[in-house]
Amino acid sequence: MSSQTASMAIRLQGLSHDFAGRPALQHLTADIRRGIITGLVGPDGAGKTTLMRLMAGLLKPVSGSILVEGLDPVSAGDALRLQLGYMPQKFGLYEDLSVMENLVLYADLRGVTGQARHDSFERLLAFTDLARFTDRLAGKLSGGMKQKLGLACTLLGSPRILLLDEPCVGVDPISRRELWRMVSSLADAGMAVVWSTSYLDEAELCNQVLLMHEGKLSYAGSPQTLMDSMQGRSLLIQGIDGNRRHVLQRALRCPQVMDGALQGHAVRLVLRTAGALPDLASLQAGPDASLQAVKPRLEDAFIDLLGGGPGGDSPLTEHMPPARLPDGVDADAVIVAEQLTRRFGDFIATDHVDFRIRRGEIFGLLGPNGAGKSTTFKMMCGLLPVSSGQARVMGLDLKKSASQARQQIGYMAQKFALYSNLSVAQNLEFFSGIYGLSGSRQKQAIAEMVRVFALTPFLDMNAGELPLGFKQRLALSCALMHQPPLLFLDEPTSGVDPVSRREFWCHINGLVDKGVTVMVTTHFMDEAEYCDRIGLVYRGRMIATGTPDELKAHIASSAMPDPSMEDAFIALVEGHDLAGEHA
Amino acid sequence: MSFSLRRFSALCRKESYQIVRDPSSILIAFVLPVLLLFIYGYGINLDANRMRLGIVQQDGGAEASRFVQTLQASPYIDASLSTSESTMRQQLKNGSVRGVVILRSDFSAKVRQGQGAAAIQLLTDGAEPNTANFVASYVQGIWQLWMQQRQQDQGLVASPALNLQPRYWFNPSTVSRNYLVPGSISVIMTIIGALLTSLVVAREWERGTMEALLSTPVTRSELLLSKIIPYYLLGMAAMAMCVLVATLIMGVPLQGSLWVLFVVTSLFLGSALGLGLLLSTTTRNQFVAAQFALTAAFLPAIMLSGFVFEIRSMPLPVQLVTYLIPARYFVSALQTLFQAGEIWPVLLINLLFLLLSAVFWLGLTAWQTPRRLDGN
Repeated sequence: MSSQTASMAIRLQGLSHDFAGRPALQHLTADIRRGIITGLVGPDGAGKTTLMRLMAGLLKPVSGSILVEGLDPVSAGDALRLQLGYMPQKFGLYEDLSVMENLVLYADLRGVTGQARHDSFERLLAFTDLARFTDRLAGKLSGGMKQKLGLACTLLGSPRILLLDEPCVGVDPISRRELWRMVSSLADAGMAVVWSTSYLDEAELCNQVLLMHEGKLSYAGSPQTLMDSMQGRSLLIQGIDGNRRHVLQRALRCPQVMDGALQGHAVRLVLRTAGALPDLASLQAGPDASLQAVKPRLEDAFIDLLGGGPGGDSPLTEHMPPARLPDGVDADAVIVAEQLTRRFGDFIATDHVDFRIRRGEIFGLLGPNGAGKSTTFKMMCGLLPVSSGQARVMGLDLKKSASQARQQIGYMAQKFALYSNLSVAQNLEFFSGIYGLSGSRQKQAIAEMVRVFALTPFLDMNAGELPLGFKQRLALSCALMHQPPLLFLDEPTSGVDPVSRREFWCHINGLVDKGVTVMVTTHFMDEAEYCDRIGLVYRGRMIATGTPDELKAHIASSAMPDPSMEDAFIALVEGHDLAGEHA
Repeated sequence: MSFSLRRFSALCRKESYQIVRDPSSILIAFVLPVLLLFIYGYGINLDANRMRLGIVQQDGGAEASRFVQTLQASPYIDASLSTSESTMRQQLKNGSVRGVVILRSDFSAKVRQGQGAAAIQLLTDGAEPNTANFVASYVQGIWQLWMQQRQQDQGLVASPALNLQPRYWFNPSTVSRNYLVPGSISVIMTIIGALLTSLVVAREWERGTMEALLSTPVTRSELLLSKIIPYYLLGMAAMAMCVLVATLIMGVPLQGSLWVLFVVTSLFLGSALGLGLLLSTTTRNQFVAAQFALTAAFLPAIMLSGFVFEIRSMPLPVQLVTYLIPARYFVSALQTLFQAGEIWPVLLINLLFLLLSAVFWLGLTAWQTPRRLDGN
């Protein structure tokens, strides 16, 4: 056996799978090595979970073969299960069992007994830092602690292969980094680790990636190699004077530019070919603007693999009329929260939060799950009563006139609250109807949305069967049908592919140009970069507000001269915890 | 991989922690049966005891008073007396009385006249035909009694040619509760058995723990048995509650022996738990499974088990369907055990069918229990 094959833990050969005729994986061939972390990377619906389940022997492939440690996961399942640790999404924990009871259960199931059990528990509890919480019910743990307990349960019996399905969904960035460190040490000790994720920034850290899109493998290899191939194509326009959204729009019209996005006050561009620069003067970015080459990202490469970005012109801008403010509404305070508080019994979900949002601004509420973002958001939409303090939109007090206020709001929820068993046309009719459109106005609004979002081929398809990117388009069109001056977005692009995400933000930028005011909640650092201002929510409090650049500058140091949004987030949260301990 | 006692007991222990910590399973096993038993035992009553009857007495004569006294003395009637016919008619309209007996002012005189000239008017509420029939026959019975007494008083002891003396076997006091309670225990156990287990596998799917379990070395039989045994014990505890409440509180006699009751119940729980598990396994959704379990278990158990509705008076195709309902055999076995004792010809047939049914449902569940996510 050559060293090449000895280091191979998993071999996939022409692997295909489908669900009732709908292809989920198509002709996948790849090798997964021992001793490294292999990222299984792609948007939701790319086939990551299906591949994970096939490798764990939980599904039988339709065609092709898998060998895990030289064993077929289906026919040799019993032997394989002793060597394989699989952590499904949601971590596979029993929430009504304590930390110790979960560990004991999985130890019994995996045959870890006697002295070996004693030693593993000691080692894993120290490793995961859960020793203090052994009596706590798993359901009462924070997201990060659940994730660590899930990992500990998976690691019982010392598996040689570790499969982690989206281990960082719903987990704050601090816990994400911690888990990464723990898993890296396992890989260093020789374990083969497969880590699936839809976050491309997370994927950049992997030693190897399998980049997947719509069930096909787009790239297999080192993410660094892929990013290196983009060398010289990623640029930053800095020192912009004027409207950076317009600069981005003009840049995206240049034939040399393949893709672009906002990054704080700067605009980030990806070129079609290295060296072929757009004419800076034509971008009208101001006298001090400069083009500067920056390190490419995995996202740039992925968009390149998918055939480039969607362009910068949203047809939506032609359709939407400028958002006008009613008389007497202060343009600097279209959305206002003053000492906003919400209690659930003893628990304070939102604790004296203040912010005001200007007309035409994108304001982001950023924070880990359970921090109180959604509670704050729901109060601002009039979906949840306010315990104390004030919430006003367009001058309307949500305590008194919630239903009038809701007419002013377009709302797009996480996971796109569409009726999955109604067709696209029926969804459009329904949502326009509940916003009070009827007759020819309704027909016209629907026709416009169908044109703008290119939904014609899908009109008779059930919304549930749409590809994720189109679901997102449909959800946005349903929210905009009544041409609201305010748009509320709840984690609008988590899990979608980067091209669809670009397209989505292109529409949002277009709307902002028309004076629409946007409030976003997200735990997604990328999404935060699109915001004009961010409010960082942590344990019910707003611990920092400012532009993305301000927040980053706040924590910049000589050791970290150019911090990312995630660095800023972690530093601010840790600083807050520290201040709390001293107080 | 072979059956491992260690894994099996670990799974059972996990299941019992979940049972103890989940208030809903305790509620289903201990509170629901008692509640339902009281509703069925006291709420449903096929005996029409103490009918509310209005009497309009417009005649103060001795004959009329005697008749009214006889009415008032009857244990089946709760009589209220008035002289105003319109008041009583109004009460009948309101539904506060079920019938009105009217004795006109010339009643006593006509009785003395003889030749059947005296008239008693009886008005009943025909909107409820069953009750109206009861009222009519009670009043007729009382009328006959009154006639007999009158003849005795006059010294005319007429010995009738025939003397009917009915005896009711197995339930001598003909208390319908004695017959209904065993039947309702079987309906209750059907609901409990199916409801308890309908949630447990679906919950594992919904919370994503099934995926984690399936990636460990557990076997299908360990998984299945760990879902049956704890809930079987819980079901038996519920049965014990039912029997205690029925015999000690409701005073229903239990003629058969406890061990036969134990065997019958065990076999029946096999079907009920099997049905719940099957629904839970195939739907993988707690809400859908519970809905199905209620409809699939409760409705047939109440309509087609012979608990209230006599199977032999059903149309033939419906009768054939009842053979598929395990509750049918359980109802029959329980009614026999409670009221008559160990009548083996009846019990053996029921036991045989309960056994077949348990094997069928549990077998189907075992066949549907996956070792992978995509079936077998």
